[in-house]
Amino acid sequence: MSTPAARTPEGGYIGAPIPRREDARLLTGRGTFVDDLEMPGVAHAAMVRSPHAHARVRRIDTTAARALPGVLAVVTAADIEDIQKPWPARMPSPVPGSAVRHGVRHTLPRDKIRHAGEVVAAVVAESRALAEDACDLVEVEYELLPVVATAAAALAPGAPLVYEQLGDNVAAHIVQRVGNPERAFAAAPHTLGETFRVMRGGSHSMEGRGVVARYDEALDAFTVWDATQMPHAIRAILAYLFDLPEHRVRVIAPPDIGGGLGPKGSFYPEEALACWLARHLRRPVKWIEDRLEHFVSAAQEREQIHTVEIAFTADGTLLALRDVFTHDIGMYGALVSPVITACTVPGPYRIPNIHSEVWAAYTNLQPTGAVRGAGRPQGVLVMERMMDRMAETLGLDPADVRARNLIPADAFPYEVGMWFRDGAPLTYDSGNYPELLRRALERADYARARQEQAALRARGVHRGIGVAICVEGVGLGPFEGAVLRLDGRGRVIVTSGAPPQGQGYQTAFAQIAADAVGVRFEDIDVVTGDTGAIPYGIGSFASRVTANAGPAILSAGGALREKILAVGAHMLEAAPADLEIVDGAVRVRGLPDRGVPLAQIARLGNGGVAFGMVMPGGLSVGLEASAYFTPSQAGYSASAHVCILDVDAATGEVTIVRYVVGHDCGNVINPLIVEGQILGGVAHGLSNALYEEAMYDAQGQSLASSFLDYPLPSAREMPRIEMFHLTTPSPINPLGVKGAGEAGTLPVTAAIAGAVEDALRAFGVRVNRMPLNPARISDLIHGT
Amino acid sequence: MSETRTIALTVNGQARQVTVDVRTTLVDVLRDQLRLTGAHVGCEHGVCGACTVLLDREPVRGCLMLAVQADRRVVETVEGLAPNPAHLNPLQAEFVRHHGVQCGFCTAGILMSLTAALRDNPAPTEAEIRETLAGHLCRCTGYQGMVDAVLALVASGVAR
Amino acid sequence: MKPPRFHYHDPVTLQEALDLLARHGEEARLLAGGQSLMPMLNFRLARPGHVIDINRVAGLDTVTRSERGLRLGALVRQRTLERSPLIREHSPLIAQAMPFVGHPQIRTRGTLGGNLAHADPASELPAVMVALGAELSLRSARGERTLAAEKFFVAALTTALAPGELLTGITLPPWPARTGSSVLEVAKRHGDFALGGVAVTLTLDPQGRVAGARIVGFGVGPGPVRAIDAERSLIGAVPAAAAFAEAGCIAAAGVDPADDIHASGAYRKRLIGVLTERALTGALDALPERAA
Repeated sequence: MSTPAARTPEGGYIGAPIPRREDARLLTGRGTFVDDLEMPGVAHAAMVRSPHAHARVRRIDTTAARALPGVLAVVTAADIEDIQKPWPARMPSPVPGSAVRHGVRHTLPRDKIRHAGEVVAAVVAESRALAEDACDLVEVEYELLPVVATAAAALAPGAPLVYEQLGDNVAAHIVQRVGNPERAFAAAPHTLGETFRVMRGGSHSMEGRGVVARYDEALDAFTVWDATQMPHAIRAILAYLFDLPEHRVRVIAPPDIGGGLGPKGSFYPEEALACWLARHLRRPVKWIEDRLEHFVSAAQEREQIHTVEIAFTADGTLLALRDVFTHDIGMYGALVSPVITACTVPGPYRIPNIHSEVWAAYTNLQPTGAVRGAGRPQGVLVMERMMDRMAETLGLDPADVRARNLIPADAFPYEVGMWFRDGAPLTYDSGNYPELLRRALERADYARARQEQAALRARGVHRGIGVAICVEGVGLGPFEGAVLRLDGRGRVIVTSGAPPQGQGYQTAFAQIAADAVGVRFEDIDVVTGDTGAIPYGIGSFASRVTANAGPAILSAGGALREKILAVGAHMLEAAPADLEIVDGAVRVRGLPDRGVPLAQIARLGNGGVAFGMVMPGGLSVGLEASAYFTPSQAGYSASAHVCILDVDAATGEVTIVRYVVGHDCGNVINPLIVEGQILGGVAHGLSNALYEEAMYDAQGQSLASSFLDYPLPSAREMPRIEMFHLTTPSPINPLGVKGAGEAGTLPVTAAIAGAVEDALRAFGVRVNRMPLNPARISDLIHGT
Repeated sequence: MSETRTIALTVNGQARQVTVDVRTTLVDVLRDQLRLTGAHVGCEHGVCGACTVLLDREPVRGCLMLAVQADRRVVETVEGLAPNPAHLNPLQAEFVRHHGVQCGFCTAGILMSLTAALRDNPAPTEAEIRETLAGHLCRCTGYQGMVDAVLALVASGVAR
Repeated sequence: MKPPRFHYHDPVTLQEALDLLARHGEEARLLAGGQSLMPMLNFRLARPGHVIDINRVAGLDTVTRSERGLRLGALVRQRTLERSPLIREHSPLIAQAMPFVGHPQIRTRGTLGGNLAHADPASELPAVMVALGAELSLRSARGERTLAAEKFFVAALTTALAPGELLTGITLPPWPARTGSSVLEVAKRHGDFALGGVAVTLTLDPQGRVAGARIVGFGVGPGPVRAIDAERSLIGAVPAAAAFAEAGCIAAAGVDPADDIHASGAYRKRLIGVLTERALTGALDALPERAA
């Protein structure tokens, strides 16, 4: 871009709404996504997938498939025995005294198929079409086994076992307690109990998964381009499976990834298979997930069923919360989402007594991981529905009842009394929930909206208002790193491990680095997602990157600045304290004509003396600094949404009249990017509330495996969102940032559920199940 | 082996000739053989819109056309929009200003649909813009930035 | 997914196309707009040995007037249906339906004939053709015949097209005087297939009473469902809320949709009642005299 990036009034880049540098290439079709990668000799893989959810493989005959012209290889479990090690266990339970019971999984199933869509064999051919032709010719004889397709079925006594060695289908049973819930319930003036069912779905990032693996025989090393959210984790698993040291497995997230949203943050068989096949064929192997495959094999979130009770006083003060829920974890999944759900339920409220109990069940469905929101929307739904019900029971306004129970602004850090998903105590770092709620209501003209509602109701218009406020754990550790260096051109290269999938790291990281080093935004390049460029990294998920990579960049940037100034001090014969960096040069403050361009600083500072000569002035070499930031705990963002909608009681259709979002993610690096993240999250939340729904039958077959049966909202379905920000900086990191990537999704289902129920009060409708759609709403009205 | 045909088509103003397998879709030929990877493959059933290109100036799903059907036709892809990659056209520039792009996977198709729509109607209302965008899915942005970008373009009077 | 292998033919005359169809029979699929067939090929749900692309067949996309009405060639694009002033003027019901048919990008390639031959029970155009009393021209190597639209749609995804037969044109009868129309539908998402919908025409006599009505539901049965009893209930009635509500009830009573993953049968039944009532009101409002 020819015009320099605008700074804030204070002169820095952090906080400025700088348009993204990524955009020009994406807008001109010059992005590089994994399927755009072209390399000589690349061959194309396709997967043979089990049509059955639970089955033993009796026989696989690949003869006809292998004989097809253009087919290079067809492999089954027997062929890849050398990498058939059990996958490492994913995640422990963060709650002391409870354990995850891990099902053992291999790249290709050894004993039996555990979900419809699981890979049974892999084919490589000269083209994807030919590979699919060969897949059609692979004959598999299955011995069908009884299927468990819901958590309830899986947890029932005598249920078929997903993993025989576990003896039952309980992946985890985690109980957390605060105070004395039994006593509190027994003594409470009022209690209320409900059951809620929440079904979510897939991520359906517009780009599916994909990998290109290349094996270098001379080096016995892999280079793997992987549209993953976590290159270092992929490297670790591949290195383990292939018995290679990590430095001989390089995983690179391509420069552009078409959305991640969670499922690209898991490890899958296809990644290992592409590597094995590339080594076997001595040709690069590309596998690109198509939409159908995404529907049946990418991780997703499915159903939770919550049985929840609250105890409260006559004036609507919460005394206790009891939430027992089941979570369908699929045939293999990380415990992430249900643990997060449990921690999200209490939300922004003071609740002195809590009983939280999760039953995570293995089922014969595809793995459950995390999908934008990662279990939080379900937790928010549960608590906010109960707040609405409490208000209704007591004849109080739902917004008032919330305000009454909010953790006050002076109560931080606030210990909820539970363990968070990271094994640390659930402690909210900062926030101002009363102010957030107050402003959301003010922005939505809440009082007037209630008056309008009454007037409209009198005319037979079913208008509803829903309010939802929530707290969101973000900024998950354990770390993220940054390496900053000044290169020979005088440019600052910022390298970090977590790859972007649309979050704008090339812009946001450059803003932080520019302020930290004190150079121009335009003089910075950002490199992400390459295990060959930075040794350690975690990945992009859990709304964690800004709060982890940001402070690392800040810290490394400051250290780099000192090194630059030390070299400049030598070259300018001045004290570092008298120097400044302006317009790409180091100069003495007050002497603008005496400057040394950064390229020259780099030449000397990176060891550029004449061959064999000593470094002058005792300078050390290497204009590079690295930092790994480890947050002491997660941070906590907060949101408050107000939704005003009308329901056509005759057809069940919902029209959103107004939607207000208030959001607090601490300090903001780039307001444009943050707003974009919130808006995208709200769209996803809207989809979870009114449109998309994962559906399976009792045989574990997906009933909605195309966008024709699985609607996602377009611009026509999205209302215009009004947004405002509140800022309560986080004390956890020097930037004061929290996280914003998922926030938009959290309260939407709750706000819409509340608004629809409010709209249909005349019919006594109870919204206890999400998502809603016209048919379901109409059926609720008619009591069917 | 496979049945092939040699087709001649105009792509972004350039005459191109390419031999294609008759079963290959237009978007796959554009991407794999003509190396115009701006159009993306998102669903292969015509719903997501990521593959949308212009055929004789009208938006079509590249995944729902066989490449052979584009013989002797005029195709426009996103690569043809900006006269020079360093200089975005006014629509693209507004997308930057209004943060209409996040991961970028859906972007090319959307730009092509908007380009065609703006040729027909250079001053659409917000409802009309959202109607044009209704044939596209984006999982990142919530669409508001894109809508604002087009509204700004309309307001600036430079509708092309 | 990528299409399976097939032999590709692109005849340029109707005779060629018919000969190919006759020769390859069950092994052949016709490719018109491709908006229905291509997804099936991409998903390998259809595996024809031969694909007969009729887009280059001359004379299949013309729009001509005859004494029987307006004849639309089967390959007339949905986009043309949406935008043609001639078609809009001749049969306003079509222009009213088009915004519900997919999205603009689908309508560029999608054809009238292809949509009708696909016969998706949730599709708007089959119902519209039944409501209009359209006549379909079918041709094979053996000859030609005409079939009323109502007889063309046999069951879900099944038409009366005999083996070797190709739908070549659709004749829209002249629009009766004093006739208004409306199309309403509910879908989970605009442009998606309907959970339920109705295409309605309403004709008044010179005294302002109902002389005729066509009420055709879609998404609520194996094909377009004409609510004949509801239509009859309106004859001679004063066109107003009471009659429309009654017609709605009768229309709802006349359908028995099944439950499926998207909606209960009970919902679809209720929906047809509501949409019929509303569409009749809309049709009344759309009467040329009223609009003027």
